[in-house]
Amino acid sequence: MKKLLENRNVTGWLMVSPLAAILLVFLVMPIVLIVIVSFWRATEFSIIPALEWDNYAFLFGSPVTYTVFLNTFKYAFITWAFTLVIGFTVAYYLAFHIRSLTWQIALFLLCTIPFWTSNIIRMISWIPFLGRNGIANTTLMSWGVIDEPVEWLLFSDFAVILAFVHLYTLFMVVPIFNTMMRIDKSLIEAARDAGASGAQILWNVIIPLTKPGIMIGTIFVVTLVMGDFITVRFMSGSQSANVGRLISNDIALLQYPSASATAIVLLATVLITIGILLRFVDIRKEL
Amino acid sequence: MTAKHDLELVKVTKRYGPTVAVDAIKHRFQPSSYTCLLGPSGCGKSSTLRMIAGHESVTEGAILLSGRDISALPPAQRGTAMMFQNYALFPHLSVLDNVAFSLKMKGVDVKKRHTKAGEMLELVDLTALADRLPDQLSGGQQQRVALARALITRPEVLLLDEPLSALDPFLRTRMRGELKKLQKELGISFIHVTHGQDEALALADEIVVMNDAVIEQAGAARDVFNAPKTRFVAQFMGGHNVIALPEGHFAIRTDAVAITAPQKGRLDAQVTAVEYQGTHVSLLSRITGDQEITALVPEAEYFTTPHHPGDQIGLHWDAKNLHQLTA
Repeated sequence: MKKLLENRNVTGWLMVSPLAAILLVFLVMPIVLIVIVSFWRATEFSIIPALEWDNYAFLFGSPVTYTVFLNTFKYAFITWAFTLVIGFTVAYYLAFHIRSLTWQIALFLLCTIPFWTSNIIRMISWIPFLGRNGIANTTLMSWGVIDEPVEWLLFSDFAVILAFVHLYTLFMVVPIFNTMMRIDKSLIEAARDAGASGAQILWNVIIPLTKPGIMIGTIFVVTLVMGDFITVRFMSGSQSANVGRLISNDIALLQYPSASATAIVLLATVLITIGILLRFVDIRKEL
Repeated sequence: MTAKHDLELVKVTKRYGPTVAVDAIKHRFQPSSYTCLLGPSGCGKSSTLRMIAGHESVTEGAILLSGRDISALPPAQRGTAMMFQNYALFPHLSVLDNVAFSLKMKGVDVKKRHTKAGEMLELVDLTALADRLPDQLSGGQQQRVALARALITRPEVLLLDEPLSALDPFLRTRMRGELKKLQKELGISFIHVTHGQDEALALADEIVVMNDAVIEQAGAARDVFNAPKTRFVAQFMGGHNVIALPEGHFAIRTDAVAITAPQKGRLDAQVTAVEYQGTHVSLLSRITGDQEITALVPEAEYFTTPHHPGDQIGLHWDAKNLHQLTA
């Protein structure tokens, strides 16, 4: 036994085994199961193990699929754009305008405070604010900006994206802030020494050096938005759909094979999207 | 009279809150010369350099270059260029683009700026590596890129912040030769911050020794080394003994102290340690009053009459080699 443990190969395998076991049981197995189930046959009252492409054929044959996938991409793209701009600005402020490390950490923690409550609570709290007789509408009316309540504030794409941006901006702030903190401040002085203006420094030095952080944030936000279903359901008042909702509806109707097929297609789509994103930026330096 | 390339500090002060980093220093740098700002860390030499460069604001006083006050101008409009301690090369840009950076900022088109940057790279002998990224270069090569990048702005004064400290000793000696040669070729002023006195002596036409936010002594390298005015300068430059004699404090070079038989010299001493240093032997001895004096004896001379710890010896020197210290 002692001799066995002294073998470097054996100890190596022993050290990776706990994580490997966890990943195998909780990640690989479920995905394999979903893949298997996606080939099963379902009728109104039964699910029959089989190996047929019917679920996929139905999925790709239905125009609803394309609309819903397009809608999912739309949410992902708009949310990405907003979280990127807000996240970059916040991270820039924290990394380059706040001089003392103590304040940087304090303000950074402040950003994370909303995350001490659950996603759903933060989402639902928008409802009384945005509703027909909510705070936003009454305030705007009392200021005389509008004469009657604005209907598109709640239960609309606007509300969905607002909630997404609210929920996920921090996932953009953290990696960008992290990369920015690693930028050597003397690079900025060197750029200024070479006559670069503030905007030129941002464009020629800071943004190129922050790209890996931007990319990691982008992956977070895009995968989170594409996999979401609850935000879309609550904030659109069940009037909009994304792929997540398609899957959750199928599950509600006990159509597990169809749900599995959709999930597999979504997984493939997300992986392809990330694959494309990684072609642009090398994030290995950050890991 | 202020000639071209003439850099002058007029009562330049830098305060960070209550701490004074640079205290009303006055100095006129020789035009087209190599000057070293020398001092221990925290003496204010880097702050002084950064104020000249424009990366640190001047609390009080003025900095004049070619007759105009540049102390409030942005760095790029001062006619100075800075080479940073860790070179601060842009890691995402090729060597060529690093050098061409300031031209790009001015809006010079790609072809023209690459031609010019290519010329600068030729000057520092790096043409072959133009397409590499900074990470792929050695320390010495990175330094030459940083030099080319600073020089492409055609500065009147080049400011170097401890440029050799990141290099290994062998490369350091070689690079300082290159720096000196480049300064002669270009005929502009180099102001070089360092805490190494050997580096300053090897490079500088003029040495400015700073300590505690003020200039202790400024002058030609040989003058500063041979005739230190203060105890600090004598000790910091090294190679000196500081002796308290009844007439006051004096500095004398260790190699100006000769060994004689007891009672034959000016002072008697007891040898406390002997250190072989190759070309010389360093003899540490103690005189009355518990003062220590080092004598640096040429190797061959020492071994004709060797001394050992505990031996009584006499110490002798020429009166003209004794320099009175003011503080």
